[in-house]
Amino acid sequence: MAIDTTDAVPAGAPARTPVLSVRDLGVDFYVDGTWYPAAIGVSYDVFPGEVLAIVGESGSGKTQSSMSLLGLLPANGRANGSAKLGERELLGMSQQRLRQVRGKEIAVIFQEPMTALNPVYTIGFQIVETLRTHFDIGPKDARARALELLRLVEIPDPERRIDSYPHQLSGGQRQRAMIAQALACDPKLLIADEPTTALDVTVQAEILKLMRDLRTRIDSGIVLITHDMGVVADLADKIIVMKDGRVVEEGSSIDIFTAPTHPYTIKLLEAVPHLGRSADVLAAETSDTSDTSDTSDTTTADRPVEPVVAPETAQDVVLEAKDIVIEYPGRRRQPAFRAVDGVSLTLRRAEVVGLVGESGSGKTTIGRAVVGLLPVTSGELRIVGQDMVGATLKDLKPLRSKVGIVFQDPGSSLNPRLPIGESIGEPLLLHRGLKGAEMSRAVERLLDQVQLPRAMRNRYPHELSGGQRQRVGIARSLALEPQLLVADEPTSALDVSVQATVLELFQDLQREHGFACLFISHDLAVVEMLSDRIAVMHNGRLVEIGDAAQVVNHPRDTYTQRLLAAVPVPDPVAQQERRLTRDALLEAQRDELERAEIARAEQLTDASEKADLDAHDVLDQEGGHTTGRGF
Amino acid sequence: MSTVEQVPPQGSADESTENAIELREVAGLSQGQIVRRRFLRHRGAMVAIVVLTLVVILAFSSVGIGGWTGWWLFTPNEINVVINGGKPTLLLPSWLGGDAGLWFHWGLHPFGQDEIGRDVFARVMRGTQTSLIITATVGIVATGVGIFVGALAGFNRGRTDDILMRVTDLVITMPVIVIGAVLGQLAGGNNPLIFGAFLGLITWTTLARLVRGDFLTLREREFVDAARVAGASNSRIMFKHMLPNAIGVIIVNTTLLMSSAILLETALSYLGVGIKAPATSLGLLISQYQEAFSTRPWLFWWPGLMIVIIALSINFIGDGLRDAFDPRQKRIPSERKMAKAMSVDGSVARSMSSTVAPSNQIGNAGMGPS
Repeated sequence: MAIDTTDAVPAGAPARTPVLSVRDLGVDFYVDGTWYPAAIGVSYDVFPGEVLAIVGESGSGKTQSSMSLLGLLPANGRANGSAKLGERELLGMSQQRLRQVRGKEIAVIFQEPMTALNPVYTIGFQIVETLRTHFDIGPKDARARALELLRLVEIPDPERRIDSYPHQLSGGQRQRAMIAQALACDPKLLIADEPTTALDVTVQAEILKLMRDLRTRIDSGIVLITHDMGVVADLADKIIVMKDGRVVEEGSSIDIFTAPTHPYTIKLLEAVPHLGRSADVLAAETSDTSDTSDTSDTTTADRPVEPVVAPETAQDVVLEAKDIVIEYPGRRRQPAFRAVDGVSLTLRRAEVVGLVGESGSGKTTIGRAVVGLLPVTSGELRIVGQDMVGATLKDLKPLRSKVGIVFQDPGSSLNPRLPIGESIGEPLLLHRGLKGAEMSRAVERLLDQVQLPRAMRNRYPHELSGGQRQRVGIARSLALEPQLLVADEPTSALDVSVQATVLELFQDLQREHGFACLFISHDLAVVEMLSDRIAVMHNGRLVEIGDAAQVVNHPRDTYTQRLLAAVPVPDPVAQQERRLTRDALLEAQRDELERAEIARAEQLTDASEKADLDAHDVLDQEGGHTTGRGF
Repeated sequence: MSTVEQVPPQGSADESTENAIELREVAGLSQGQIVRRRFLRHRGAMVAIVVLTLVVILAFSSVGIGGWTGWWLFTPNEINVVINGGKPTLLLPSWLGGDAGLWFHWGLHPFGQDEIGRDVFARVMRGTQTSLIITATVGIVATGVGIFVGALAGFNRGRTDDILMRVTDLVITMPVIVIGAVLGQLAGGNNPLIFGAFLGLITWTTLARLVRGDFLTLREREFVDAARVAGASNSRIMFKHMLPNAIGVIIVNTTLLMSSAILLETALSYLGVGIKAPATSLGLLISQYQEAFSTRPWLFWWPGLMIVIIALSINFIGDGLRDAFDPRQKRIPSERKMAKAMSVDGSVARSMSSTVAPSNQIGNAGMGPS
């Protein structure tokens, strides 16, 4: 089956007729008296059993051009051109007939399953609803079919889950339920709009596996809309690359990845942080041998995990954490939730430490505690000489000028009512009392540093693009020349190419200013690029810490191994290899995972602990189904 | 707008494409300017503002205020000879179905006279004046108290929140009419300012709860954390960072509160516990003249009409403000405008070859639900 992914198209395509044939599709939007084109002259064919990936950045028109097929454009949008589903023209079809096509012949998997599923109905009800809208079918039969679908998408314990509400399922399970709903009527065409973007990397790997598995079984065409080149490499047969509403390049997956011709495609591929870039050669070796046989890294691999740190002078250490525990207080009868449990970590001057983990692992909690936004429950935490345990607001005032933080979402971290010059200048005003011309100079200097035009200081956050906003966030955090910077997923909300430029800027600034940095991210490839050392967190505990190269190339902890194996790389051939490696790894770790699961199940008295459920999903899958799938 | 063109962002050319289309509508405008622009486009609110302004000017200039007597011939409490049974001398022009010819015929007592010959126009204007003053006072007092309580509760959470919100609940449980009656008895009488202030002290609850809710969500926003990390004090965070972001909720609800305040004042005065003679208000006028409903109906019409006009105008303004402040409110352009722009714009001439028949456009594919 793994071989299928590359061979299916050239062999089967010419003989078959396309499910969907789009010709010269254009989408325009009416804004303020003028029509602006969002997509121009898009043409492609989708054949049964084929995955067509539409790749592009936000605003490139990839989503709008696909939504126009279903008549789901906003009221100020217009589509023109032609899109034929089989023999029927989709554009210009009446609402009534379009309703029969939606769900039955064309189904959509949305990005965020939590918002795409209705929270007040059970998932079973929602699948049954789709079925009964399109078929003359009794409630009993529909339910039986829904169960069958849930089994198809490998939701564990489907008899019980069918009566679950969306909030009772983990992210991965929700996405599976949505896939089941999309598949309910055996659609000829499936549009998957960023189906894994909202998911953790290990869950993403599971969903991708499921989708790869399904497409051979259901024989429908799949349009995959995504910006993640790793996902594309994993799943796509054909790729079209969109930029500013136009298709700039199209071709088979192998062609695009190995020999891109359009400069934009080349730039896009270069911008993708490539896991194991530091040791590409090693990666290939480690895929079939275990980490013991390698020679170049034995020194790091043999070192014990904890006492890496040589005795330092007190001034050199900017962050020192010993066994810190951070709890979110419970409400009423609920017990306190322990988000971080016994973590020890040291950061020296000018050192970049990457903190990696999935959502709910407690990495952001640590970041917020470091800047004093959350109290530490117990343990020892010293930041630039300031004891953070039990510190009052007044104690923290001097610390504010030594520690900065860059937030994840640049849209939310800037006050929408303040011009950005004022946002950047606020720390200067509060700590140094800068005003007037002096302040202007300081703000302009900071804008120069992050390569933004000076005139931008009078603009408001909503006028800036995501990348520009994040630059503003960085400028603000650097305003007081901090010794320690906490970067909480600063690029996860950005497009790949923007991410690349922001990361580059970040590296330059770090070199120039020499601040220590705690770089929090879920993206191992980004962390590998920036960090001297990497710390891996899992369920509130630090499971591994070591030099970046060692952690990425020779992970010692089983969780780190799983995490690394799940990261898709933007190269179809290598990705195929990685898939096999991952399955082998999961197989090897199966016993351990099952044991861990049992242990957790006993521990889990509160069945509704959401954070735990997320991890649970993976384990459920691994435990029950790896054997049945022919790998 | 022009400043945007002057500063092409350097070094970030490829970043600017993101959301470019959606941003085009707001390019170069501050948040306040965007809101103002959306508000000015709201036709209902614009008409309401004009009407309300005219009513205010008319009410204050005609019978004057304080020592000033205004331009109207009569004062509210002056007793004149009853002419023609006190019937209104106002005649509508012929195009409104009246018999005054081309234009209004005003006469001596356009709104008529009551049974002892007082001029109804002067009385209604004075009543309108009083009611407007009360409305404004209620708005100011209730907004102040509501913001204060709501902001403190939402920002501090925990104990403060519990205590303040229980107090709010307590105020809510007490029927407004009853408290109003008691307070009105104590503080009412002749001074609309004091009466309005007391009414404000019992109507702040809705606003307090809304502001609290807004503050609860705002304090979880990252820019509040960012301000805290920058070293901002609590009061700076509250007033500089959070309050401006809650201003939409506050303004909108204040206007709605004011329109209900005028009705509350009317109700209380009607019951005889609000403004008392010799001062007058719209509610009091209705109450005084209710026996005359069958014999002199005009005594009833005019104050009622003023109440409806004022309450409606304020409501429309509130509606317009709500639409302007709500970022989710996107104007759906009219079909005609869109079609016109499409035919004018040469660069999208190819769009004319759309497979969608022009006559059949509503409810077609590629347009979303209409």
